[in-house]
This record gives sequence, C-alpha cells and structure tokens, in this order.
Amino acid sequence: MIEEIIISGFGGQGVLSMGQTLSYGAALEGKEISWMPSYGPEMRGGAANCITIISDKKISSPIISSYDTAIILNQPSMDKFESKVKPGGLLIYDSTNILNKPTRTDIEIIAIPAADEANRLNFSKALNMVMLGGYLEKRPVVKIDSIIGALKKVLPERYHNLLPANRQALEAGQELVRKQLVVA
Amino acid sequence: METEVKLMKGNEALAEAAIQAKCDAYFGYPITPQSEVLEYLAREMPGRYGIPLQAESEVAAINMIYGAAGAGGRVMTSSSSPGISLMQEGISYIAAAELPCLLVNVNRGGPGLGTIQPSQGDYFQSVKGGGHGDYHLIVLAPSSVQEMADFVFLGFELADKYRNPVLILSDGAIGQMMEKVTFPQHEIVKPQKPWATTGKSPYKERNIITSLHIQPEKMEEVNLRLTEKYKKISENEIRYEEIQTEDAEYLLVAYGLSARISHKVVELAREKGIKAGLLRPISLYPYPYDVINKLADKVKHILTVELNAGQMIEDVRLAVNGKVPVSHYGRMGGIIPGPDEILKNLETYIK
Repeated sequence: MIEEIIISGFGGQGVLSMGQTLSYGAALEGKEISWMPSYGPEMRGGAANCITIISDKKISSPIISSYDTAIILNQPSMDKFESKVKPGGLLIYDSTNILNKPTRTDIEIIAIPAADEANRLNFSKALNMVMLGGYLEKRPVVKIDSIIGALKKVLPERYHNLLPANRQALEAGQELVRKQLVVA
Repeated sequence: METEVKLMKGNEALAEAAIQAKCDAYFGYPITPQSEVLEYLAREMPGRYGIPLQAESEVAAINMIYGAAGAGGRVMTSSSSPGISLMQEGISYIAAAELPCLLVNVNRGGPGLGTIQPSQGDYFQSVKGGGHGDYHLIVLAPSSVQEMADFVFLGFELADKYRNPVLILSDGAIGQMMEKVTFPQHEIVKPQKPWATTGKSPYKERNIITSLHIQPEKMEEVNLRLTEKYKKISENEIRYEEIQTEDAEYLLVAYGLSARISHKVVELAREKGIKAGLLRPISLYPYPYDVINKLADKVKHILTVELNAGQMIEDVRLAVNGKVPVSHYGRMGGIIPGPDEILKNLETYIK
C-alpha cells in the first residue's frame, strides 16, 4: 500500500497540521511516512501545502509529480492541483471555499462543507479535522483512534482539553461523507 | 531495548543528534531554512547537555568554533548558503590548524542572498575548497531525516579521527521535511585531545594552535602533512549507496534530495521497462570516483541530477573519463523537479 496525498489551502487553515497529524497517526500504526511542507512566506498567509506519503514500504521520493488524493481547501489550490490527481484517484474538497467546481470525470470527487460544519460545531479551527475525517471515511488508511493518538503528540499539553472536540470534528467529517456515499 | 520512533523535521533531528552526541557547544546565527537548529538547541541544550550560543554574526560563530575546538571541545555550527560564505575564512583557518568540528550547511538557492528554497548550488564551495589554500573538508550529504541525525554522530567521529572539519551538506527540503527517526542507544565516548590548549602545567609541553607559518619550509611541511591526511581519508572514508545498478543500462548519479527523487525516477523507469539504476554518493569528499568508473563500463549513459547548473557532473566526468556520455539535468532558483520531469529527460537519451 502506498498513498500519495497533496493537502493544500491557505496558511492558517491547518493544512500543514492536517498532514502532520495524518503522518503521525500512520507512524503510530507502524507505517512509513514522509511529510514535505511548502515553507517560507506562506507561514504568514498565502498558499500552503504539504505532500504526505503513507506506505508499507520505504518511501523513495518525498516529492512527486501526481497524487492518489488531493485534499483541497481553497480555489487557488483547486486550480493548481485538480490536474495533478492520478486517473482513478480522489479529490476531496471543502465546498464552503470553492467557487469553481472541479470538472474532471476520470477521478472520484467528494465535496464536503467542512468550514460550515466546523462553525456549526462552534470550533471553526477544526475545519481541517472535518476534512481529515471525511477523507479517512473514504480511504481508511489510518484509524481515527490513531489520529487522536497523534494529536496527543502533536498538540501541546495545554490544548489536550480540545481532544474530544477534535474527535467530534473528525466524526462529523466521516458522517458527512458516509451520507453522500449512501446516496450515491 | 525498544527504540522509540519519532517524527521530526530534518533540522530538528540533526539538532537532537547533536545533544545526544554530547556536543559541548553550538554557535550559530539564524537564517532560513535552518533556523530550527538554533531554536531547538537554544530550547533543549540547557539542562541536558552543552551550551547553545547565538553569535552576533556568522563570522563570529565560526571563530567561536575555532577557539572552542582549539580548547578541545566537541563543537558545531550550522547555517545556510550566504551564512556559510561568510564563514569561509574561519573554515580555512580551522582546516589549517587541524581542528575537529562539525559544520552544517542547509543549502538554499543562490548566488547572492538568493532564495530560501532548496538548492544544491553550494557543491563546488563544499568540496573544492570554499575558503583559500589547499585544504579539504570531509563532506557528508544526507538524503533523509534519519541521515540528518546519523551523520552528526558519524561527523563528530570522523572529525576527531582525522582532526579535520566535517561538513554536513544538506538542503532546505531535507531540513524542513518530516520523517521517522531513531537515535542510537550506545554510549558516546569522546576521545582524549592531548593537543588541545587547555592551560600549561609545569609538567607538560606548551600546546600551540595556529594557522600561521611564515617560513616557507614550515608551511610546506604543513601542506604535505595535510595532503597525506587527505590521501588517507580518500582511501578509507568513501561512502555511497547503489540502487538497482546490477543490471542498469542507464545510470543516474545524484546526492541528497535529488537522490531521493532520482530513486523514484528509477522505480518509474523500471515500470516502463527501462533498466535504470542510481548511484548515490554519500561522501562528496572523498568522492566515489572508482565505483562510478567501474559502473561506466556497463552502462550506456549517465545522467547527473542536481539542483544547480551542473556542478557534481564535473566529478562524474572525471570518474567516467570519457567511457560513456554524461549529461546533466537540474532546476535552479529553489524549484524542485518532479520525477516525471526527470524521467522525460532521461528518455531523450534512450535509443
């Protein structure tokens, strides 16, 4: 198994931490991982992305040309990465932040209103966890429990009181995708 | 005993390894993309091991290294390309005075202030001198977060063994990316340094550390001793990795991040039925000339992949000595080519 993912959006949407959490969760399950962030001025806003690779085997390149999955949080990222999803791959995006919908027909496309859902949960910062939950419902490459275990490692202890709210956001994302899959 | 697996950025793994290798002092000055090293050590060293010090400039940092290494300390500095340029005078002095120390360059795009994005444009500077005079650094090129940690231990060991500065030549991507890393569990034993200037008691000879030898005969003596040492280093410390070279018809040669991408190129090429292989130099000085020369006997074409305008290709050509064509593929300015792009270039040489 190898899953090559691009996660992309605005700085501040939790793009890099989503990739980190996913990587840590995978590592806790004994898998190989590679997490390659864009770095520099994007830390102060602007575009941010990270390539996250999860594999059973040693990973050759942390930088790749096309992706099994794109997790997209804003329009510039959609414009940049829709064409980079491998045929038969998955594109999952936050429909709250996208004006021009993806048009490809040779990949699977899932839209979830992640920012709206996070606001409904009174935890707007957790939009990345809603997206991650939705992605993991479709591609269960890492267990939700491992993601929670990862958050315990990634988050400073003073934020551990937010773990239940993060789980709720992950599960809300799962639920949104589950409903769509049933309808489809 | 079970070793704990951690996820760390390359820069953090390197910094953690420095503490575990019992680095006595770190002198540095912040610059992207390696500032995590200074940040990590400023936070972690106090109370664990060693002293971190933010110098007023890179020039100050390298001269603090000169002094502290002369006093027998296990010392390290790190910077990125423009900062390493500032250090070159000090590095030449340290090489002349034969002081062990560890230098780290997390290479960014240049020349000039350049860009903060990854590059391999400092190859020449690292392996062909950089500073003035006849000297060599031992240069190690990590291509993973694990090697960022491993080469700290190896670097200190080689520095002590040969009384020579060791340079870890990394790049912005290896510094910033996160992978799994484990740290060795063995006890760190630092060698005695009877040559160090630690104060003269009535019972021992005076130790002098200098790079100034006004008399030509004395200077040449030093030059010859250094040359002899570099010869020994070249005989004993060549390191490289071969990936699917056994039956390769097309050989890629790349180090650091480029080697990781080139590994993927080999995988993609093999899927298409192209017999590609990869030679990854791990030590850039001393360079694996012989192994490349032997591989040149059985391949049709050699492609070097570098994030620069073509620097290491000169050493590959020296090694190949005209046996087969050698070409270069690279991107600059902080742009990293994807595996597809490199494969496309490789395919133009396949008849």
